[in-house]
Amino acid sequence: MTIDLRPARSGNPPAADVPPPRGGWRSRLARLDLRASPYLFVSPFFLVFLAFGVFPLGFTLWVSLHEWGLASGTRKWVGLDNFSYLLGDADFWHATVNTIGIFVLSTVPQLLLALALAAALDRKMRASTFFRIGMVAPMVTSTAAVAIVFTQLFDRDYGLTNWLIGLVGADPIDWQASRGWSWVAVATMVNWRWTGYNALIFLAAMQAIPRDLYEAAAIDGASRLRQFWQITVPMLRPTILFAVIVSTIGGLQLFTEPALFGVGSANRMDGGSLHQFQTITMYMFDNAFGEDRYGYAATVSWALFVMIIAFSLLNFLFVRRTGGAR
Amino acid sequence: MTFPLTRRGPRRGTGRLRGLWEASPLTYLALVAGLVLSIFPIYWMIVVATRTNDVVSDMPPPVLPGGSFGDNVGRLFDNPDAYFAKGLLNSAIVATCVTVSTVFFASLAGFAFAKLRFRGRNALLLTVVATMMVPVQMGIIPLYMIMVELGWQNRLQAVIVPFLVTGFGVFMMRQYADQAVPDELIEAARVDGCSTFGVYWRVVLPALRPAAGVLGLLTFMQTWNEFMWPLAVLSPDNPTVQLSINNLANAYFKDYTLMFAGTTVAILPLLAVFVVFGRQIIGGIMEGAVKA
Repeated sequence: MTIDLRPARSGNPPAADVPPPRGGWRSRLARLDLRASPYLFVSPFFLVFLAFGVFPLGFTLWVSLHEWGLASGTRKWVGLDNFSYLLGDADFWHATVNTIGIFVLSTVPQLLLALALAAALDRKMRASTFFRIGMVAPMVTSTAAVAIVFTQLFDRDYGLTNWLIGLVGADPIDWQASRGWSWVAVATMVNWRWTGYNALIFLAAMQAIPRDLYEAAAIDGASRLRQFWQITVPMLRPTILFAVIVSTIGGLQLFTEPALFGVGSANRMDGGSLHQFQTITMYMFDNAFGEDRYGYAATVSWALFVMIIAFSLLNFLFVRRTGGAR
Repeated sequence: MTFPLTRRGPRRGTGRLRGLWEASPLTYLALVAGLVLSIFPIYWMIVVATRTNDVVSDMPPPVLPGGSFGDNVGRLFDNPDAYFAKGLLNSAIVATCVTVSTVFFASLAGFAFAKLRFRGRNALLLTVVATMMVPVQMGIIPLYMIMVELGWQNRLQAVIVPFLVTGFGVFMMRQYADQAVPDELIEAARVDGCSTFGVYWRVVLPALRPAAGVLGLLTFMQTWNEFMWPLAVLSPDNPTVQLSINNLANAYFKDYTLMFAGTTVAILPLLAVFVVFGRQIIGGIMEGAVKA
């Protein structure tokens, strides 16, 4: 760890000329400073958050109760019509299934792989810094760049993946055309980018586990695998929960990767000709900025918000439960 | 857990159990495989960016970089649809503004939350933590409407102002200030006649430098990377660099060398940051993980 936890040498001038306490405007100013400064210091955050965080969230609800078009200038109160339309909107549910499918394909392997990587990095070894840096290298690329590179790798005719598949004698896969395979391709982009990051987080938590536990277990004859499942994983539970929730929030809002994966189609927000990899966020984006249906797009974004909260809670309960039943 | 054989000592295995923590050849093999997978797409991007279009679709594919990077980058900057130079400049402006402002305001608020006493402090801090759960993208539609009202569509402030400071930043700086800045130091500065802002500027900010650096790096990377919101609010002729490569993907998606030259140049600043500060970034991630 390279962070220096010691306080830096302060540029503390010698306390030679302490001003004597005086009445009048000076002391009043000093008192005002003490009283008001804290609020002044935290206010920028709250101003930004109120204007661009809280207000939009509430305003989304307001917009979702309207038929609202910016280009057309429509603005008509429709009550809960948008919400009832949403419930029966096949396109929305199709996008929801896509989103959850990609989410599962990207979160589960990612976290398992990250756990394994972290366990490997936790050993005593040569060149550990080198390995760690290599693992997080994907993080410092940009999402759009990754999506473009992987889209080429998954190209039906000229992609490396299909070339490799051909080497083992299998038929090439039309990654963009098939629903399942397009999910795999998009999930691969996400996995590639975030596995190393999660591995580092797990590694940090693993290093905080007292080694005595393992030594005792080893003396009792527990195999390494058993030590991993009975000591490492239970001790890592809070960290795993954290990683799962962060992946959930990110995964359910997935946008950039699938949006760029559709290069070559007329409207990339469609997520393929049959919407096979259109995510909820893309559907929302298309409704607003493509179709000028801001009211309905706001409804979709509320649905997504509710879904994120529900999933996070579910994860939380699940991880807790499985931990308790250990 | 106490056991007669274990001594209190370095956390690495001690005594006869040392072998327990040695990496086996198999571990190395797995790690090397992981490393290759994690580096390969970046390497492949560079290979394609330095080649000509007629060889990139060869099978078996080219393995080594070629000599056409200069040509491809030239075509990139000449491309009439990418607005690449403008995109780079815009991204630099946006990422710099957001980073400087986030570090400044987050450390200021973090200091207040950690070291100053004021009414409502805990409630406000709880609010900050709660805001970290609300993704900004959720509000993209009303945010866009606000920008229309303000007349900020297609203006850079639209992608700067909403991100001037984040709850994550405030919380991170609070955690760090809490342990890294001794109260005596602040008292001493006050006795010397510093105003509260003076205390922050002369004593606290220097002490927060390591954490501020990590926050700055993460913020820069994240802002440079932002895609959806700029796509919504900026138009293709006034892009950030991510939108520039998106422009390319729209119109030139079969011109791989051009696109890959674009992605390579687009991530160069990030790679540079990573090469210089890689260790700090890793430290920051792991540090955050321990606290989370």
